[in-house]
Amino acid sequence: MNNWPLWEIFVRSKAGLNHKHVGSLHASDAEMAIQNARDVYTRRNEGVSIWVVESKHITASDPDDSDPLYEPAKDKVYRHPTFYDLPDEVKHM
Amino acid sequence: MDEKHLEDHFNEKIDQDVRIEPKDWMPDHYRKTLIRQISQHAHSEIVGMLPEANWISRAPTLRRKAAALAKVQDEAGHGLYLYSACETLGVDRDTLLDQLHTGKAKYSSIFNYPTLTWADMGAIGWLVDGAAIMNQVPLCRASYGPYARAMIRVCKEESFHQRQGFEIMLTLCKGSDEQQKMAQDALNRWWWPALMMFGPTDADSPHTEQSMRWGIKRFTNDELRQKFVDVSKPQADLLGIKIPDPDLKWNEARGHYDFGEINWDEFYNVIKGNGPCNKQRIDARTKAWEEGAWVREAASAYAEKKTKQQAA
Ligand SMILES: [Fe+2]
Ligand SMILES: [Fe+2]
Repeated sequence: MNNWPLWEIFVRSKAGLNHKHVGSLHASDAEMAIQNARDVYTRRNEGVSIWVVESKHITASDPDDSDPLYEPAKDKVYRHPTFYDLPDEVKHM
Repeated sequence: MDEKHLEDHFNEKIDQDVRIEPKDWMPDHYRKTLIRQISQHAHSEIVGMLPEANWISRAPTLRRKAAALAKVQDEAGHGLYLYSACETLGVDRDTLLDQLHTGKAKYSSIFNYPTLTWADMGAIGWLVDGAAIMNQVPLCRASYGPYARAMIRVCKEESFHQRQGFEIMLTLCKGSDEQQKMAQDALNRWWWPALMMFGPTDADSPHTEQSMRWGIKRFTNDELRQKFVDVSKPQADLLGIKIPDPDLKWNEARGHYDFGEINWDEFYNVIKGNGPCNKQRIDARTKAWEEGAWVREAASAYAEKKTKQQAA
């Protein structure tokens, strides 16, 4: 099985929602990955659509970089609606 | 960052209940302990299919057969979730399977007992899946992210396993004398092995403290075992069958049931490989693996051919 690649599985739980990562599995090709994902991850109506992506094609951010990557967003409170003080009389906003 | 800083940062995350993810730094010992724990758990799910598979073709009704099939299929799924979680720690699937087949890795000792009658399907669902649930629910909060997420999926599916088992017991206990005797006999044979599923006593579990510090164990073996006895006794009463333990009685002062001494010689003997079905189980796994080799090879060859055709 060593040469069966690892696939990451994404399932759309119902129409209108986004695909969400649910786990991974080994399969010889994409078609088998979908069939196995159906058996492993959707035995109880958990999904209406499956995406499979070979794990090696996923590039992840480095956890050590999380400070420089996400820190700059933290002090930008003015990006949130609650930052702006408006009188109570203003309606529908 | 040097090792000391990395370790401090790791411990801080554990203290704050922040999950550890595959690419995060972790102590080597934490990684190794997790690989052992998760793979043992995965092996147990896979070997756990064997005692029940025996009864799929012998189930008394179509309803029972459908449930047995669904349960065994779930256990295969549980094994796969857990193998995948284990692989994120840097060990590959073939290595894990090889450890199972060569006896280097352990699995739960309970699956080395035989399933002699249909009532065993009831007792297993009720007691064995019940004990597994008790072990697994706290692990949904395990500190290692992929493990905790796998356990959440597993626990969601386990509840039906226990309920269908208890329903089988209930049906037998409401049935003929002979059926009631079958149910009692199954309880007699599965009760003590089920208690052993929680592992050695706390006094004989030297790794518990470290595992609890790391958040990969949330309660001690004895705590979980006591909880299991406390919930099971009223369930047995409801069925009208008797737990085979003369020392089992309510202790008002402790607020728990007292229970008799487990036969630890038997426990360690089964773990060492001398249970009634150890050989049979490993032989069945190895046979399935070897006889499936041509399928794995054919699938690989087909995938390779298709890739070449697409490239051409
Ligand atoms: Fe399971
Ligand atoms: Fe189960």
